Amino acid sequence: MDLAAATTGVHGSVAAIGYGLAAIGPAIGIGLVFAAYINSTARQPESAGLTRTYLFLGFVLVEALALFGIAFGFVWAK
Amino acid sequence: MSGQSSVLAAGGLPWPPSVDDFFLPGYFYPWITKFTVMVWIAAAVVMVFFLVSYRKPKLVPTKAQWIAESIYSFGRNGISGDVIGHEGIKFAPYITTLLTFIGVMNVMAIVPFFQIAPTAHIGFPAALALISWVLYIWVGIRKHGVRRYFKNMTMPSGAPMWLMPLLIPLEFLSNFIVRPFTLAIRLFANMFAGHFILLVFTLGGVVLLGSSTIAIKPISVVSWAMDIVLTFLELLVALLQAYVFAILNAVYLQTSLTEEH
Repeated sequence: MDLAAATTGVHGSVAAIGYGLAAIGPAIGIGLVFAAYINSTARQPESAGLTRTYLFLGFVLVEALALFGIAFGFVWAK
Repeated sequence: MSGQSSVLAAGGLPWPPSVDDFFLPGYFYPWITKFTVMVWIAAAVVMVFFLVSYRKPKLVPTKAQWIAESIYSFGRNGISGDVIGHEGIKFAPYITTLLTFIGVMNVMAIVPFFQIAPTAHIGFPAALALISWVLYIWVGIRKHGVRRYFKNMTMPSGAPMWLMPLLIPLEFLSNFIVRPFTLAIRLFANMFAGHFILLVFTLGGVVLLGSSTIAIKPISVVSWAMDIVLTFLELLVALLQAYVFAILNAVYLQTSLTEEH
């Protein structure tokens, strides 16, 4: 960190970069989850209520990794 | 970064915030924090609302009774009944309590003078997740007995025996350790991140306004406008997270109760 700051003048926490990287996977995953839901609803509108539970379920399970990123970014900040 | 901090400090803001900000001053000092009081208020709001709205139940419901009944029927039929099935109705009070209690706590994140959700403090989601963890294990053991419950939870049916040395630790990890952990972290991190984002845009506006370049000062208005938009997003997230916590509890109870998993 000190070396990077000395050579480039950039300073701050590397955790911010780490969180950016950690968010890529969940971002793709959430995209897939919602794409699948939109797809299924467009094909069969009456199934919207039936699949909504699974939409949120899939969404929160995928999201968990990004949230770990936030929490551990602070836990391991030092 | 240090440059921005000094701008905020120069503006007379208490910056940076510290753990001391959580405590109430005076007599209560280390024992009662602001969060404790907020949790009491949230519990009182939920209890008073349901007691008052259902004090004199009528066949043709009043407005308050209608709202209370709608919330309860959402927790009972929409979550417990749909996810767990017929057996789930007896968990409806627990699920609905989680839904309303966490909902009220989360909405405090955008209520003036509270401005932070108690669930943005890891202690409270951790306690809620612990209760849920004990409950779903207890329910499973009571239904199946210890041996069969742990067999159901750690040995997926249909998997070949030679995979078991790999599957048992993995399933154990995911069902008994990762589950309560993610339950707590999800609620905490969502509310904490929401609080953080609002703070970033509010203080970003302050820093922009304090800029020495005149042309940059008006941009603070954009930052604060963004704050308003994000407050609505925060309301959505608050209610969604309460729903998600309740629904995940229902799913975990369902996997404990199901015969084969």
